[in-house]
Amino acid sequence: MVFQFRFRAKGSFLGDPIVDSSPARSESVSESDVTGMASFRQARLELEDGTVFDGQAFGANRSVSGEVVFATGMVGYPESLTDPSYRGQLMALTYPLVGNYGVPAKPEGDPLCHGFESSRIQAQALVIQSLSSDYSHWNATRSLDQWLIEEGVPGITGIDVRALTRILRNAGTLKGRLLIEGSVDREEVLNAPYQDPGQRNVVAEVSCDQPILHRCGVEGALRVILVDCGAKTSITRSLLKRGADVLQVPWDHDFVAEEGDAVLLSNGPGDPKMARQTIDHVRIALNGDRPLMGICLGNQLLALAAGFDTYKLDFGHRSQNQPCVEVGTSRCWVTSQNHGYAVDGRRIPAGWAEWFTNANDGSNEGIRHLEKPFFSVQFHPEANPGPHDAAELFDRLLEVAR
Amino acid sequence: MSQPNPAHNRVGPGSTSGRDVIRPEKVLILGSGALKIGEAGEFDYSGSQAIKALREEGIRTILVNPNIATIQTSADLADEVYFLPVNSHFVERVIEREKPDGILLSFGGQTALNCGLELDRQGILEKHGIQVLGTPLETIRTTEDRHLFAEVLRSIKLDTPRSRACEDLVTSLAAAEEISYPVMVRAAFSLGGKGSGIARNAEELTEMANNAFANAPQILVEEYLEGWKEIEYEVVRDAQDNCITVCNMENIDALGIHTGESIVVAPSQTLSDHDYHRLRSISIELIRHLGVVGECNVQFALHPQSDEYRIIEVNARLSRSSALASKATGYPLAFVAAKLALGYCLIDVPNSITKVTSSCFEPALDYCVIKMPRWDLKKFRRVSTSLGSEMKSVGEVMSIGRKFEEALQKACRMLGVGAHGLVSARNHFKEDDLHQLLEVPTEERIFAIGEAFKRGWSVDKVHALTKITPWFLQRVREVAKCQKQIENYSFEELPPSLLRCAKELGFSDNQVARSLDRAEPIPSGYQAALDVRDRREELGIRPVVKQIDTLAAEYPAQTNFLYMTYNGSTHDVVPRDPAPFVVLGGGAYRIGSSVEFDWCAVNAVDALARAGHRTVMINYNPETVSTDYDSCDRLYFEELSLERVLDIVELERSQGVVISVGGQIPNQLAVPLGSRGVKILGTDVDSIDRAENRERFSSLLDDLGIDQPEWRELTSIEDACSFSERCGYPVLIRPSYVLSGAAMSVAHSDEEMEIYLKAAADVSREHPVVVSKFIAGAKEIELDGVAQDGNVVCYAISEHVENAGVHSGDATMVFPSQRLYLETTRRIKRIARGIAEALSITGPFNIQFIARDNHIKVIECNLRASRSFPFVSKILKENFIDYAVRAMLGQKVESPSKSAFEFDFVGVKAPQFSFSRLKGADPLLGVEMSSTGEVACLGDTVEEAYLKALISVGFNLPKKGVLLSTGTIESKAAFLDSARKIEELGLPIYATPNTHLFLEQNGIDSTMLHQPLDSQSPNVIEALEDGRIDLVINVPRSLERKDLTSGYLIRRKVVDYGISMLTNIQAANLLVEALWEIRDPQQMLVKPWSEYS
Repeated sequence: MVFQFRFRAKGSFLGDPIVDSSPARSESVSESDVTGMASFRQARLELEDGTVFDGQAFGANRSVSGEVVFATGMVGYPESLTDPSYRGQLMALTYPLVGNYGVPAKPEGDPLCHGFESSRIQAQALVIQSLSSDYSHWNATRSLDQWLIEEGVPGITGIDVRALTRILRNAGTLKGRLLIEGSVDREEVLNAPYQDPGQRNVVAEVSCDQPILHRCGVEGALRVILVDCGAKTSITRSLLKRGADVLQVPWDHDFVAEEGDAVLLSNGPGDPKMARQTIDHVRIALNGDRPLMGICLGNQLLALAAGFDTYKLDFGHRSQNQPCVEVGTSRCWVTSQNHGYAVDGRRIPAGWAEWFTNANDGSNEGIRHLEKPFFSVQFHPEANPGPHDAAELFDRLLEVAR
Repeated sequence: MSQPNPAHNRVGPGSTSGRDVIRPEKVLILGSGALKIGEAGEFDYSGSQAIKALREEGIRTILVNPNIATIQTSADLADEVYFLPVNSHFVERVIEREKPDGILLSFGGQTALNCGLELDRQGILEKHGIQVLGTPLETIRTTEDRHLFAEVLRSIKLDTPRSRACEDLVTSLAAAEEISYPVMVRAAFSLGGKGSGIARNAEELTEMANNAFANAPQILVEEYLEGWKEIEYEVVRDAQDNCITVCNMENIDALGIHTGESIVVAPSQTLSDHDYHRLRSISIELIRHLGVVGECNVQFALHPQSDEYRIIEVNARLSRSSALASKATGYPLAFVAAKLALGYCLIDVPNSITKVTSSCFEPALDYCVIKMPRWDLKKFRRVSTSLGSEMKSVGEVMSIGRKFEEALQKACRMLGVGAHGLVSARNHFKEDDLHQLLEVPTEERIFAIGEAFKRGWSVDKVHALTKITPWFLQRVREVAKCQKQIENYSFEELPPSLLRCAKELGFSDNQVARSLDRAEPIPSGYQAALDVRDRREELGIRPVVKQIDTLAAEYPAQTNFLYMTYNGSTHDVVPRDPAPFVVLGGGAYRIGSSVEFDWCAVNAVDALARAGHRTVMINYNPETVSTDYDSCDRLYFEELSLERVLDIVELERSQGVVISVGGQIPNQLAVPLGSRGVKILGTDVDSIDRAENRERFSSLLDDLGIDQPEWRELTSIEDACSFSERCGYPVLIRPSYVLSGAAMSVAHSDEEMEIYLKAAADVSREHPVVVSKFIAGAKEIELDGVAQDGNVVCYAISEHVENAGVHSGDATMVFPSQRLYLETTRRIKRIARGIAEALSITGPFNIQFIARDNHIKVIECNLRASRSFPFVSKILKENFIDYAVRAMLGQKVESPSKSAFEFDFVGVKAPQFSFSRLKGADPLLGVEMSSTGEVACLGDTVEEAYLKALISVGFNLPKKGVLLSTGTIESKAAFLDSARKIEELGLPIYATPNTHLFLEQNGIDSTMLHQPLDSQSPNVIEALEDGRIDLVINVPRSLERKDLTSGYLIRRKVVDYGISMLTNIQAANLLVEALWEIRDPQQMLVKPWSEYS
């Protein structure tokens, strides 16, 4: 059994360390049954800048590579892990105690995946400070560890996630790999270049294959066309709950030709510019009058179609506590977000306006057309995880669609 | 579509900046008065922040608060301070004088809120055109009236416990039948759940209802939610309707234990996203509906096995929980709430912690915080020790960790009750008792849970008894398991990986040292722990410093809020130049150590900063100003232990540590820190030891020719008895390191001696027991001073109203002293100079004397700031701590020019007791301190100041009748003149049989009432119950306990019925004198502090 709790930071991102870092040691212990002392596989998180974190493996016995991102929400790991926006990413959670309330039962036969945001874990891996070996919640049937094993997703625990976060926030994003000792693919991942989900069309990976109609069960209900670029199921649930039918269509589907009262461009992973076909369809839709709303990636897609530009934020928004102010009012919502790119609100195409801005850094959080019912937000009104402040945007969409 | 764009649907109030902001010129702020159970230091924090927030706007602030030891009553905060009772009479007088145009009611706890409601009810606010800033009174009334509140909740379809508001016993009983037992009983308009409890049958309900109706007009009988989780949200709303929840908290103890009595964790640990945000949304919906402007707290019950919830209550004001939330998250709640009260919009209030983000956001924590209440029930005789829906704790600690276990163990140690952590090698509990200890919650339960797991009990079994959510129990089990493992190893064999694991789970070096398997018993003192420390450092197992930055490192933030953890590998901060000074704070508020030491610590930091130094504060009490983000350059929310202070001193490369301003906890660290080579500011460590070590101090006094009561340091009961017989009972017994009179007692016989010695030995085995002659009938005098290199720079001499025998913390103190012989004063000064010189004191010190007929004996000397430093500093208007710090820094310090003899006013400091909170406790004063707080008022005469002080601590001046039971023949005689004056004042006198007889013999009329145990009519108890008596003078015949039964029954009844009482003859005489001199107390002068000079 090998113990290696320390990580070696290469580079001087934090100035001079106060404590001399002594070389990592290994020693063995028998008869141990305390958490953290129990037998475990060693895991190592390596970043492309050379930083290494040594910790303990949990979840599936696999090694993976991808973009390393963090999220500061204190609750909602089942929702975040299944959010398609995290496709291809190694997700680090800054809240240090994870797994406390377990994981709900698998949503077998439930197309809306209650308790989750899609039918599977989308993140490549989970990176945490401390895995709870036990859980207690009436709605849970399995531990986080067990769930990750079932889903074939590896995890690392016992590392200084705050230190990792400080590196990631300064770098913007970094690629990295999680190497699990004893996993068959360890050598393969170690020898391959870092995988970059930004280089491929991840939207295509997470979108549905063909249109799906979700009915709310009300006669004569409004129909919203949900362009699925990696849509969280809670978007569909939010609309159904409000008495609208949802026609979920693939990301590259020609939704302009579909019958419906409104269009909703969903959230999704990766670089918006990869979803070229969607942007083309949106551009056509902007010639019409049908209400159109965008969420997160959908905001960026609408913006690009409308002639806005996007840029990389100095410090990305990866939290459930982002304050967004409706321009021209003093109304502020606390919102859930996960993005590193933003719409450039300084150069506004004719006919458009900024709708929301971020109270912390002033970045754009939404745009709207001055005449037509086109609007989008960078944050997540569907929450899950996160605050429900912005949920009324779904009401607004249905109002203008009526 | 006429209005196609949804963004046009709402017309906002416009860019808020400036437009809707209210600009009063002068704002009145009501404080919370003395610290008491249910209302403690948190309101010094919130009031101070409010004053700062208003001052920043150029608004003049007027503060009414008789709590002289607070920071908020410092000279440099509010524009005017009134040391007066927070009641409608005095506040109206202040209003007439000051003519404020605004008032803040939500920063001074329930006291301020109740006073505000009363001012409004009497039309005083309207009459003087005063605007209530922040949450409207209408909202406050709704949240305070349980019936109205329940109706509002029903109207917006939010779930609340089934309940009935009742105004008499009959309807209460009917309501309970309807809801079905057991029921929860709550009193309306109460602080800290006073008058609340669980009634399982009609009999219990009858008793509780009767007690509650004595203090409150209305009670609520409601559904009892046994075993439900208790969750709280701290909600902030601005006048533009923006609403955020700054923090949520989960009580580890299930519902049924008052949240002030519960161990609480932030953020919640066992709530899913669905649970967390659903309750958050409900909180916001409710607060919007109620129209709170500022800060409030929402309490929920959450069913452990379903989605069901109930809203328990809303506190529409800053509270204990909001102070905790503020410290736990780094969000400056009180400051922001004050800005919002002026009409500011959340987005326009800059975040003074991060400097980079808005105040309109919700902190993300990347650590967990545990609050643990600090009880002091062992200080009280006959008190019920079980915990329930009423508060009994006197303080709290807050710990921070990156594992729950780490934070929990830190908190256990921070309590300062001798625990090395959650579990220890010693078995404190018998297996047979464990069942009971788990089922009936007491302050020991968390330790008993640890013990149960050490004994291999299952989580299910412990859960069944405690109803605590299993996840928390599992964490305790991890700690117990780790401790059991350590027990398998000797020091040499301990595997480094296990040591690291233990440190990550929050074990202290001392705890590890004491858990190791040893052939020999562990040596006393710090060496074993230091051995573990040295070993650990060799292995490179060290803690790291992390910042509390409110956003989990998402943005770079400039925050000075720090903690340490073993669950991390990188420091967030590096030492800065120039090297700072470290000030050790006072730790948890408890009896004997409270806000006065926070005042000292904060003033020490300020003085260091004024001298141009960088400052580091270490403290872990969330109710303090010293733990405010703006109080120092760096704040470590950390343990005041040798281990942690060494860590911080080394990390910060500190150039010196101030141990003399935080009371006894830091003072005790002087010697071990000094011997580890840490520079201690001020008096030499050896001199501190000479003052603390009784043997050494006594020989010093002998050398100086200073008298002291006869004493011996003894180790056996036989020796103690023979010594006491020789010098004559009564004797005083105490351990050599005294913490607020813990285990200190007076023994009147060999038999009592035996009982007490056992208790004292339990407190501290390392230090032998000291027995000294107890001198009765002597005056007690205190000298507070500051010296430099053995020369006294400044001093203040105060006298106690009560004779020696009442703990100095419970005594009424008069300064400047009014009734001392000139010669006595002169001798006291001479003695103080001698001691200062002999110990070469540099810094603060306090000496206690007793004097009888000009014979003066020294009874105690502390080379640190005392409880009375803020009192004498504020009366003299000379900041003793400032003098002390400058002296310790080696600056040349001049004596103040003023002398106390030039004063034509006087200050009286009076104790605040919380006996009404402590079911069963005997409210009798003795050598053990039992007051929870204090006030001080100023007056032109001692009588005036005393009356104001008494009213400030809740005393009602008598109008109906006085009950006398005046003890021994000597004290009966001593009270005779006073009894005549009571008669002449026209107050009916009631008396117990002996007192009645004595009065009759001396020609004073009184109505005889039988003692409670005599069960004859007319009886004292009947008279108390039917409200004929509104003042009780009950002086015990002696301090011997066996005599006390009838007296105890009277005193307890008096407390339960909220009747004013004095139990000391000197204090009673002063009261009568004051009533005699000041015939119309309503006309007492109302003057600000600034006009007393």
